[in-house]
Amino acid sequence: MTEPVLEVADLRKTYGDLLAVDGVSFSVWPGGSLAIVGESGSGKTTVAKMIVGLERPTAGTIRACGRDRSSPARSTGERRRRGREVQIVFQDPYTSLDPRQTVERALDEVLRLHHGWDREQRRRRVLELGELVGLDARQIRALPRSLSGGQRQRVAIARALAAEPKVLILDESVASLDVSIQAQVLNLLADIRDETDISYVVISHDLAVVRQLTEETVVMWHGRIVERGPTPRVLDRPGHDYTKRLRASVPRPGWKPKRRNTAVSGARGE
Amino acid sequence: MSTASAANASTSAGPAGRHASGRALLEVRDLVVELPVEGSLRPVLHGLSLSIQPGEALGLVGESGSGKSMTARAIDRLLPPGARVRGTIRFDGRDVMGMEGPELRRFRTEVAMIFQDPRAHTNPVRRIGDFMTEALRTNEGVPLREAEHRAIQLLESVGIEDGPRRLRQYPHELSGGLLQRVMIATALLTRPRLLLADEPTTALDVTTQAEVMAILDELRREMGLAMLFITHDLELAAAVCDRTAVMYAGRVMEVRVSSLLHDDPLHPYTAALAAARPRIDATLPRLAAIPGRPLSAFEAPADACAFASRCPYVQEECGRRQPELVELDGGLTRCRRAVELRGTLGARRA
Repeated sequence: MTEPVLEVADLRKTYGDLLAVDGVSFSVWPGGSLAIVGESGSGKTTVAKMIVGLERPTAGTIRACGRDRSSPARSTGERRRRGREVQIVFQDPYTSLDPRQTVERALDEVLRLHHGWDREQRRRRVLELGELVGLDARQIRALPRSLSGGQRQRVAIARALAAEPKVLILDESVASLDVSIQAQVLNLLADIRDETDISYVVISHDLAVVRQLTEETVVMWHGRIVERGPTPRVLDRPGHDYTKRLRASVPRPGWKPKRRNTAVSGARGE
Repeated sequence: MSTASAANASTSAGPAGRHASGRALLEVRDLVVELPVEGSLRPVLHGLSLSIQPGEALGLVGESGSGKSMTARAIDRLLPPGARVRGTIRFDGRDVMGMEGPELRRFRTEVAMIFQDPRAHTNPVRRIGDFMTEALRTNEGVPLREAEHRAIQLLESVGIEDGPRRLRQYPHELSGGLLQRVMIATALLTRPRLLLADEPTTALDVTTQAEVMAILDELRREMGLAMLFITHDLELAAAVCDRTAVMYAGRVMEVRVSSLLHDDPLHPYTAALAAARPRIDATLPRLAAIPGRPLSAFEAPADACAFASRCPYVQEECGRRQPELVELDGGLTRCRRAVELRGTLGARRA
């Protein structure tokens, strides 16, 4: 029987009195795709940050490729190995790239760090990666500032893939893209998963994106998982009240927005 | 097929895109806007025309660089210095571009604007009450007590009940959704007749978006307020607006009654936009991505259809002449093949 490629158990994160993540558990299987759905403050991005080591869990365990990564890496080698296990692509392609580095150099740096290939091998792989995400030779030699938002996001995806991770976390990675470009990137992500055994963790508030990209969904609300199941079931027949409200809030033909009929008076607002 | 025969094929009695009766509240015609960029002028709008009837909600949809935000700024006379503007903007019959001094101030009380990021449009060191009542006090000379009373009433109508306390708070003490409701209440305080709403819910969570849209919709109907609703979200515009205009590269490509936009679009670009979005009710084997990237207004060719390079229905002629915006089936479309393609573009939802 196969092992999960990523396993999160009873994860907790507190900031002072604030309980940001409260007992979150899930598994991602090789080649699988899991969505974490929720709104701002639900804790979904904090979970992602703990998985890639940008935040330290208060309690709970995280295992990737059979190895524990609940506490910080002790050596450079260990950190690099973790980089080959899990990579992340953030929402904003404008701040996640070094403005002084050409695409080619950014990709080459990752290849050099992770694979120890010679120059010629790396050069070929840079072109392959460019081709995989739809960047031509001219764009490969460009600085980020001469690329559009959609092209930068492809660079960010190519850079994450350069480490050949087993798991790719997509944290609202297509949210800021224009509709026509978003469709191109979503198709690209589907192709990459078809061609490799990579797994995705898709963090999104956009339920249509979640439907297109994942098979399993967990719904987070106030730091906890309130519902989980196959994505089509969760979206078509939501069980939890919050999931129902989320589903009903999505604009569609014939949709009429409804007031929740709760006047705000508490200090916290919504 | 010539544009003249496309116009003849129209089945609507009155001017399409406008209601048959009454004068438009806002009439924009042939609006050309150029902005100074690195010493030269760059076009952001190429002869934009649209009209809004009293009490009507018009959606304005487009991708980045299409010019939708610039349209609202031009209407509200908020373009950056050095901008060059041609064409006409008439509000209730009055020429907006010629307005100065008291007339312009009065116009600004009749046309209110709300933005995507409410925090960028508030002063962090001024209390909510001060900010909300400023226009009433300075433009209309309403006494402070009276202005605060009206502010508290409007806060209540946007679902904020403890108005007196809120007036004494600072913007940072409110969540994004709450602050956007304050902005809506503020915009409505001067009893405007037209609301320019530029992506007012884009930065909000979906459940908060639904709440804010419901509030806007309800108040708009109660007050008979017209609205220009700018968004990148075709589904949202179609759901909350009477008609929707779709922009591309500084031009209006289509204006359609919102209920027909998905099932029977008139322009290939509208159809392509709708088809490119993933669906919440089905996983598609492959999304119908539009090849290439959206053109900005300054990249758009003068003598060809701007969408031609990405259009699945392109013909040689499309690259030789700028199509006109013509009436068809009660809407407007800027496509020389519109008559030929009518009724075939909404296949996705079938």
